[in-house]
Amino acid sequence: MSDLILDVRGLHKSFRLSAKQQKIEKTKQKVKVAVNDLSFTAHRGEIFGLLGPNGAGKTTTLRMLATLIRPDAGDALVDGASIVKEPERVRERIGFLTSELKLEDCFTPNYLYDFFSHLHQVPAEVRGVRKQALFSRFGIDRFAEVKVADLSTGMKQKVSLVISIVHDPDIIIFDEPTNGLDVITAKVVTDFLQELRGRGKTVLVSTHIFSLVEKLCDRVGVIIDGAMALCGTLDEVCQGKSLEDRFFDLYVERMGEDA
Amino acid sequence: MKGGMLTIFRKELARFFGDKRTALATILLPGLLIFAVYTFMGSALSSQFSVDEDFVPAVQAVNLPGSVSALAGQAGLDIQPAQDVEAAKALIQEEELDLLAVFPPDFDGQVAGYDVTSGAPAPAVELYYNSASVNSSAAYAQMAALLEGYETSLSNKFDVNPGDGTTYDLATQADTAGTLMSSMMPMLLMIFLFSGCMAAAPESIAGEKERGTIATLLITPLRRRDLALGKICALSIIALLSGLSSTIGTLLSMPTLMQMEGGVGAAYTPVHYLALCLIILSTVLFIVACISLISAFARTIKEAQTYVTPLMILAMVVGVTAMFGGGASPHLWAYFIPFYNSVQAMAGLFALELNWTHLLLTVGCNLAYTALGVWGLTRMFNSEKVMFQR
Ligand SMILES: Nc1ncnc2c1ncn2[C@@H]1O[C@H](COP(=O)(O)OP(=O)(O)O)[C@@H](O)[C@H]1O
Ligand SMILES: [Mg+2]
Repeated sequence: MSDLILDVRGLHKSFRLSAKQQKIEKTKQKVKVAVNDLSFTAHRGEIFGLLGPNGAGKTTTLRMLATLIRPDAGDALVDGASIVKEPERVRERIGFLTSELKLEDCFTPNYLYDFFSHLHQVPAEVRGVRKQALFSRFGIDRFAEVKVADLSTGMKQKVSLVISIVHDPDIIIFDEPTNGLDVITAKVVTDFLQELRGRGKTVLVSTHIFSLVEKLCDRVGVIIDGAMALCGTLDEVCQGKSLEDRFFDLYVERMGEDA
Repeated sequence: MKGGMLTIFRKELARFFGDKRTALATILLPGLLIFAVYTFMGSALSSQFSVDEDFVPAVQAVNLPGSVSALAGQAGLDIQPAQDVEAAKALIQEEELDLLAVFPPDFDGQVAGYDVTSGAPAPAVELYYNSASVNSSAAYAQMAALLEGYETSLSNKFDVNPGDGTTYDLATQADTAGTLMSSMMPMLLMIFLFSGCMAAAPESIAGEKERGTIATLLITPLRRRDLALGKICALSIIALLSGLSSTIGTLLSMPTLMQMEGGVGAAYTPVHYLALCLIILSTVLFIVACISLISAFARTIKEAQTYVTPLMILAMVVGVTAMFGGGASPHLWAYFIPFYNSVQAMAGLFALELNWTHLLLTVGCNLAYTALGVWGLTRMFNSEKVMFQR
């Protein structure tokens, strides 16, 4: 067994709903439990997938791991650093990417790369070498001096990806990695995630797309309504069925009549 | 980590100056506009309230007595007899005629026979004029002065300031300028500094929230305090530059606006300027901290601007206090109150009454409040409720 790098223990997170949100969510409850006692582990050199429908609590979980929000209860150790007690050490160790993390339109990829390298305190020599490799790997070099505002959506996404790993983190957390991407950019991204795994990195992705999990993930955790329904290797979870069929079995089991 | 603060500081400035047009509009435009508008206002005012030098008023009179006719002749006033009182009034309304003087019949006789102690109503002269016309007003003033002079000459017991070349107003040029400056400049400066801060801070903090770029910063190991400090320092510099341009524009247009000779700043020494810089710097830091806090709380730039507006009005109102109350406040407590302390300290400074206790207290308090603001902003950057509220 490869060694443990991510250890998530009993995470809880609820949100107080405003009157407006209650209307949107069509609920009378004042509190929404988004994540309910969630635990799982991930190991070095594997791609772990969090699979669940919209609203299952995937993004909330990943944001807690990235220390953007604090769990109500529970903790997680990211390469030994606690997300509750040592958020700054956690931030040094992870690369986090979601579509909600935007880059400032008025800067060029080149400027942003250097800016975030400074924030991560990457030494200048290392930064230069890394930037060259990543920019040419994703074809950003031709657009290095073009303002982000003038880049195509796909190119923006690639720049965001590169920016999120300026410090060459051991753990990469990626929320819905292929959402909103055209097929070609999506392939570039999934290929890169596999490449990262090949270099011994740990990748944690969240998705609602079965095929993405089947193609990419070594292990998967199925999240339904904020709780972990099942967690294991792809084979363990599927038990000979297709992932989609297994998911709906679990879904009916969890949600009962509603499904 | 000092580096983080510097990185943010440089990024904020790069972002602001990267957009040449906005940068020019924020920094140069206010100064140019203020200079243009004030200069225009100054020259418009002076031309509006003065008449041509070779102006001769058109005056008509009813029952013009010989005594007044003689005095008017000496003063170069040409008075025509009025044919019809109502027609003359109509002409004044149409600004064809400047003045109509109606004397009682046998004015000179009545005046000579009038006993001041009798209690009977004095003989009256009626002057009809049109205050909407500059020429008519001038004619009225000229005629009224003439008649008053005549009345005084009839019973002269004593004179006040007879004006044989003596200067009675003992205020020096510096005092006059100082009084004007101390009543005007604190308010103007407050407005300029506030507008400068308004131009930069909501955009940089609420804007980053609105555009979703703040989260990208928050997942880096950057300390929240460095983020707060870096932003406040950079925004203060932008606000200072904008405030500086407005101030220079005002000072350059002051002489025209106030109809004063020479430059306005002549009476101030380098020490005054240094003290002013200290006050302005600490005030800007404090205002930026305030607006930043409000901007961090707001979800959008627009929301931030809406929330800040009452504060700006408050600062302006406080600025107006410098116009009343006769000089800077002598009370120590006044220099603990934000905004008020800066305004009062500036008022004292401009009136050439430099008080180091007040000055240092003002600067110290502003810096302390700013530090409090940085602490608050750091907490807000740390708060998921504030940063990620939906
Ligand atoms: N800041 C928030 N305030 C209120 N409710 C929230 C907030 N963030 C997430 N939620 C709710 O928590 C649940 C889980 O959301 P999320 O983690 O985004 O799900 P997923 O990423 O799996 O689609 C949803 O019902 C969502 O509406
Ligand atoms: Mg999501």
